[in-house]
Amino acid sequence: MGPLIAQGVISSEWNYVIAFMIGISFGFVLERAGFSSSRVLAGVFYGYDFTVLRVFFTAAITAMLGLLYFNYLGWIDLSLIYVNPTFLWPAIVGGVIMGAGFILGGFCPGTSVCAAAIGKIDAMIFLVGIFLGIFIFAEGYPLFKEFYMSSNLGDIKVFDSLGISEGLFAFALIVIALIAFIVTAWIQNRTKKVEY
Amino acid sequence: MKEKSKKYMNSYLAGFLLGLTLLAAFFFTGRGLGASGAPKSVIVAAVDLVAHEHAKSSPFYSKYIEKEEPPIKAWLVLEVLGVLMGGLISGALAGRLNLKIEHSPKISSKTRLVFALLGGILFGAGAQLGRGCTSGAALSGMAVLSTAGFVTMLAIFGTGYVLAFFVKKLWI
Repeated sequence: MGPLIAQGVISSEWNYVIAFMIGISFGFVLERAGFSSSRVLAGVFYGYDFTVLRVFFTAAITAMLGLLYFNYLGWIDLSLIYVNPTFLWPAIVGGVIMGAGFILGGFCPGTSVCAAAIGKIDAMIFLVGIFLGIFIFAEGYPLFKEFYMSSNLGDIKVFDSLGISEGLFAFALIVIALIAFIVTAWIQNRTKKVEY
Repeated sequence: MKEKSKKYMNSYLAGFLLGLTLLAAFFFTGRGLGASGAPKSVIVAAVDLVAHEHAKSSPFYSKYIEKEEPPIKAWLVLEVLGVLMGGLISGALAGRLNLKIEHSPKISSKTRLVFALLGGILFGAGAQLGRGCTSGAALSGMAVLSTAGFVTMLAIFGTGYVLAFFVKKLWI
């Protein structure tokens, strides 16, 4: 069955309609969750608001379990699902740069789009920055190319990297998430409230 | 504020719905969600339009002009236009539509905008190096249990925590 478009179950003309609908759902949920506010997002780094951790972890686990069950039930062919390849050092350095951008700018690309949609001027400026950043990377690409293509580990899975089974990793991730939910709720209760 | 819990949806419910959205993206298209791919497509198209020779000879732009099929690019752009629409609908229903610069009372609007621009530049460049942002690399990657997804997530949030101490004034 799935993925429906890759398997030709749904014709590719529907592709763009589906893209738009999935985008609407994505943006709607982000805004509803409070991700249109940089001060909600930044809360995860100071302990006054752990919305980001709750939403992010719950979403990752929901989708992960969904894929595992869909595969188990034969509803989806996991071999046709895109697994982003691991270029270890570029992923780490890129993540570090993004982390700096997150704490300075208060958004990530997806959340800045949805915050700009409700009129946040800081989010619109952040978006301008994203375009500039991409342009700078693109123009400087000859300098970074070698590093960008380095430490390619292919499309490896995290449980293989850790040397454990897929099921055990999924279970451990759920346990870690539950512990994180409890601990962060405890921290948030003891952190001075921030008005915004 | 006090009615914050009422203002926004319960975080776990929102996370569950976001997870279903992500699952739907995989079920229909075989790929997850993304946000930084769309601005990249725009930049590539704009540079190609303004300076075609430069784009053709550049190792960066030429990758996307020649190799990448248009459907993927258009998919990402339409998805992000959807995000804009979805955010607008939610904000309109919740009465949250208004033009404003949101910032901590300890900093001025101008400071907020300068750091927003700087943060955006870093995020835009970092997402290129990291082959995707919080949505495309970290969240979608974690859902398919890719090592890259977990590495990217840990690097983004780990750095955020390390630097948070130094820029406290920006937020609290």
